[in-house]
Amino acid sequence: MTDPELARIREDFPILSREVNGKPLVYLDNAATSQKPRAVMERLDRFYARENANIHRGVHALSQAATEAYEQSRERVARFIGAPAAGQVVFTRGATEAVNLVASSLSGNLLQAGSTVLITNMEHHANIVPWQLLRDRTGIRLEVARVDDDGLLEVEDLKKKIVELKPSLLSMVYVSNSLGLVNPVREIIAFAHQHSVPVLLDCAQAVPHFPVDVQELDCEWMVFSGHKVFGPSGTGVLYGKAERLEAMPPYQGGGDMIESVSFEKTVFKGPPERFEAGTPNIAGAIGLAAALDYLDSLDREALVQHEGALLAAAREGLESLPGVRIIGNGPDKASVVSFVMDSAHPHDIASFLDVEGIAIRSGHHCTQPLMTRLGLTGTARASFAFYNSMAEVELLVRSLEKIRKFFG
Amino acid sequence: MADIEELYQEIILEHNKRPRNYGPLAGSTHQADGHNPLCGDEIKVSLVLEGDRLRSIHFQGQGCAISRASASMMTEAVAGKRITEVRRIADTVLKALQLHGPDLVLERDGELASLLGVRKFPARVKCATLGWHALLAALDGQQRISTESAGA
Repeated sequence: MTDPELARIREDFPILSREVNGKPLVYLDNAATSQKPRAVMERLDRFYARENANIHRGVHALSQAATEAYEQSRERVARFIGAPAAGQVVFTRGATEAVNLVASSLSGNLLQAGSTVLITNMEHHANIVPWQLLRDRTGIRLEVARVDDDGLLEVEDLKKKIVELKPSLLSMVYVSNSLGLVNPVREIIAFAHQHSVPVLLDCAQAVPHFPVDVQELDCEWMVFSGHKVFGPSGTGVLYGKAERLEAMPPYQGGGDMIESVSFEKTVFKGPPERFEAGTPNIAGAIGLAAALDYLDSLDREALVQHEGALLAAAREGLESLPGVRIIGNGPDKASVVSFVMDSAHPHDIASFLDVEGIAIRSGHHCTQPLMTRLGLTGTARASFAFYNSMAEVELLVRSLEKIRKFFG
Repeated sequence: MADIEELYQEIILEHNKRPRNYGPLAGSTHQADGHNPLCGDEIKVSLVLEGDRLRSIHFQGQGCAISRASASMMTEAVAGKRITEVRRIADTVLKALQLHGPDLVLERDGELASLLGVRKFPARVKCATLGWHALLAALDGQQRISTESAGA
């Protein structure tokens, strides 16, 4: 990507031109949440200024228009992830709620007392705690595939556990949120299927970085968060194969998810409405569609290459600093760099960078079991998006060098 | 850089590099783990209580410069003191570290006054209070305390 091309993209994100602590903002906390392009803000503004109404069942013009916009957003999401039909896209509050939805709805059918759910040691708490809650409530078993000393998934251990433990479900992350490592999920899903194990794939950290196609991956369920892919906060998506969603009972009960209600018997709608009780985040879904429109208006192949160049420069820069160690080195990595410094704790690093206007994250990144496995309490994490520049990577490295000298 | 230099004063950096009373404490009578769930940091405080006195105190564990320096200074400030005095000092420090808390002054509070720089970094206050909460928990006979349940 040329400098003028990047400059044009950066202009689409108003927040990138503000100052923080008197310095130009350098936003490297994209794995926590992404910034929003003006197109998303304008779409939200237009919805509230011109189109706001509750969806479904309204006879008046605004309600019909809002319903149409909401359902078109579903189609937009389906197209974004390669889902065969819009009806296989359920809107949620985020990836976390999507995992909870699946855990709740599979309880009592696919997952019974004694059933095994297999996860990995690099999962976000969002893909650990819902299964623990289910374990405590219903007596399922939770098993964990190992990661090695470098934070890489031990694929052979995972396969062995698929064969030996015969799990009812494999639920795992595509891209590690704390280390950026990309798991070979295509191979793993194919292997799981050979052993009749369905797979839930957490794509929260994948979709912001590269195109994801659920039919190509062939996963049974897939979840991601809208706010990490340049959409509004409070939005998320659950995709499921049609027959899987069809077999799942409701998650929450309420309006909009029923065919008919009497005190004796309530008949539920089919997917996706069955899983969307109550008034959903209508504006959020529409804003998410605007974000995906924006993303797809860019040359995504060029974005992938640009992020790859940022990652390579960041790795090289950090490796050149004595006493700095990158955590999670693997051949396949999204543009996320987790690191520790001998002389400074991640929090100290983050406070110093903040003074320079650089936003990174420090701590366990909601992956405490992974940190424990690696013998760390936390790391400092710089996570990039396509709107970050080489100059920002260089500033990060220069600032880290200053911090290193300061703490000696 | 003024604020950050106030946070990371020479004295803080020095305690971070060479923490006092660091490591396990032989014959300890009371122990508590302070845990900061926001970052995963842990500081263990071990005490030897004798009658109404804190005979000796050690700390150990993982933490940032602020939490280590604060715990290190704490051990020097409270070792050998009567328990009522220890609690008074802890209370003074915990109150002072709040956003609009009363000041600590060098003449009365000594090195502890250097902790005040943290007030301009609200996200870091819990780093500075971690060891103190662990100390109070140990005095109360608790084995574990979280900065989230203890308040700031």
